[in-house]
Amino acid sequence: MTYSVGQPVRISARVHAGHHRTPAYVKGARGTVERVHDRFADPETRAYGGDGTPHRQLYLVGIDLRSVTPRDHGSRDRVFVDVFEHWLEPIE
Amino acid sequence: MVERAVHDRGSWPTDAPIDRSEHELADWEILMDAIVGALGSEGVMNVDELRRGIESMPAADYESASYYERWLFSTETILTEKAILTPGELDQRVAR
Repeated sequence: MTYSVGQPVRISARVHAGHHRTPAYVKGARGTVERVHDRFADPETRAYGGDGTPHRQLYLVGIDLRSVTPRDHGSRDRVFVDVFEHWLEPIE
Repeated sequence: MVERAVHDRGSWPTDAPIDRSEHELADWEILMDAIVGALGSEGVMNVDELRRGIESMPAADYESASYYERWLFSTETILTEKAILTPGELDQRVAR
């Protein structure tokens, strides 16, 4: 595994036309790794008849809600999103 | 702002209230759920293919379709792609 709990990360904002599970509203957002999940079959190939190998590491990433919503709710809530490793980038 | 497809709804601003009312499923909806479950357990169609098929819906169709209508659209799309159904086969059978 590349990332560890507590590590700051950025979610990739790259364009990907095919099926993928990274929601648009968190693309480009900064967050923190909250939990290291298991490895899972890759939905990006499995959606097109592939077997989903190699399996991809999944993480739970916590993001400040205010940084990903167009409205300022004035809250300190955080949103937690499962993101595959190949959608994460390290923040120096 | 990242470009997004019609299914990618997270954080869309809206003032519409959330419909929290309970609703009964129609028989065909329960059957649709069972068909997708059977196709999955038999290794014919997996959930990622189901989702990809839903995401391929024209935006206007996606917006007007109910939850299981989207499953039906996608299942027909994927099974036709796999040549398990021929194009128009379901429509022909329904018309009989």
